[in-house]
Amino acid sequence: MIKTDILIIGAGPTGLFTVFEAGLLKLKCHLIDALPQAGGQCAEIYPKKPIYDIPGFPEILAGDLVSNLMKQIEPFQPGFTLGERADTIEKLDDGSFIVTTDKGTKHHAPIVAIAGGLGSFEPRKPPIPNLSTFEDKGVEYIIRDPELYRNKNVVISGGGDSALDWSIFLTDVAKSVTLIHRRNEFRGALDSVEKVQELKNLGKIELITPAEVIGLVGNNSLEEVVIKQGAAIFNRECDHFIPLFGLSPKLGPIADWGLEIEKNAIKVDNSLDYQTNIPGIYAIGDVNTYPGKLKLILCGFHEATLMCQSAYQRIFPDKRYVMKYTTVGGVEGFDGSKKEAPKAVIKSID
Amino acid sequence: MTDIKITITDRLGVKHEVEAPTDMNMNLMEIVRSYELAPEGTIGICGGMAMCASCQCYVLSEHELPEMSYDEDLMLAEAFNVKDNSRLGCQIFIKEELDGLEVELAPEV
Repeated sequence: MIKTDILIIGAGPTGLFTVFEAGLLKLKCHLIDALPQAGGQCAEIYPKKPIYDIPGFPEILAGDLVSNLMKQIEPFQPGFTLGERADTIEKLDDGSFIVTTDKGTKHHAPIVAIAGGLGSFEPRKPPIPNLSTFEDKGVEYIIRDPELYRNKNVVISGGGDSALDWSIFLTDVAKSVTLIHRRNEFRGALDSVEKVQELKNLGKIELITPAEVIGLVGNNSLEEVVIKQGAAIFNRECDHFIPLFGLSPKLGPIADWGLEIEKNAIKVDNSLDYQTNIPGIYAIGDVNTYPGKLKLILCGFHEATLMCQSAYQRIFPDKRYVMKYTTVGGVEGFDGSKKEAPKAVIKSID
Repeated sequence: MTDIKITITDRLGVKHEVEAPTDMNMNLMEIVRSYELAPEGTIGICGGMAMCASCQCYVLSEHELPEMSYDEDLMLAEAFNVKDNSRLGCQIFIKEELDGLEVELAPEV
């Protein structure tokens, strides 16, 4: 069981900055995220896009913002449960919570801060009629263990980085790799496109373009995919079909936690502390809603800051505290580090 | 600058005639959101960067639209339920010459 003070669900910019504000109050944080890396949408969808409305940064790439936040929170040694989705929550008699992920990892904390953005990222599934019949029987949307594909015939479809990168990777593992895309052009990084071209020339990847998989055939497990290329329709034997069409966020299991939901977002009390209808559970950033809500990173930072003050009061109801400026108090990390403003040097003039 | 009229068929098949301002640098996806014609979180997920295709729509009228950018074209190549008249709403900016535009929102994926 992982124990912490504030359990943050979602490791996007708002979730990450919560660690900093909590750290100033000597509260420890642990983050859960369904994605395998921190950064949320900034890292997953648009790491190379510039953002122009982060105060103090005339321009910053989304990926750099995430790197900076990770550096900023480093002294507060946050824990991470990545690649796991927060599935269930249980409130204990003492008012604290146990949150369990889809992989069974349990986390215990007196405060839960949901900073889940638009939700957890789920694979986008192509509209092939019997696709769900073959899930885990030859159809996978995420490659968890490449060994599954050893000496197998694999068909991948998609035109982005993950389709290209996995096609390249699996040539060393699988018996055959076929990449199918609706266009001759690919959206991935130039290096990857060139590498696929090279592997195609060497006969290690079969490229079928412009084409798409329109059907699946098999008895107990997948045996063939049906491919449409122009007017031609043909079948291809395969053991695995991996559609890689990116990820799309869905609110998911959080919607069943008994929280008040409005417009696919969690209602909070914005006049006070961004607490939800369940005391001890807060919602901050894009995942919440209140009158006048704006889904902006900078608003998420503000919400995280106020929320941490409230969380502190909830954990220590009898302690008096006033907010300290970092210019005055510096930043004392849990790792023993201390950052503070340099002291003025006084020199007299004779 | 004046407002223009756009007819938008939502994902349930209901037609809405809405007014869209030409002076706010708005795009069609934002118009749909401002009139709440699709639930929040199901459209404009990437914010309008042509990176998610959640605002895909079918253009029903004969208006001349801005040429498709490389980004939009390749995003549509990975989207589902794509037709010859598919466009990404976030890439169609509201301009006077689009008065009378008719579109239908593509299904949510």
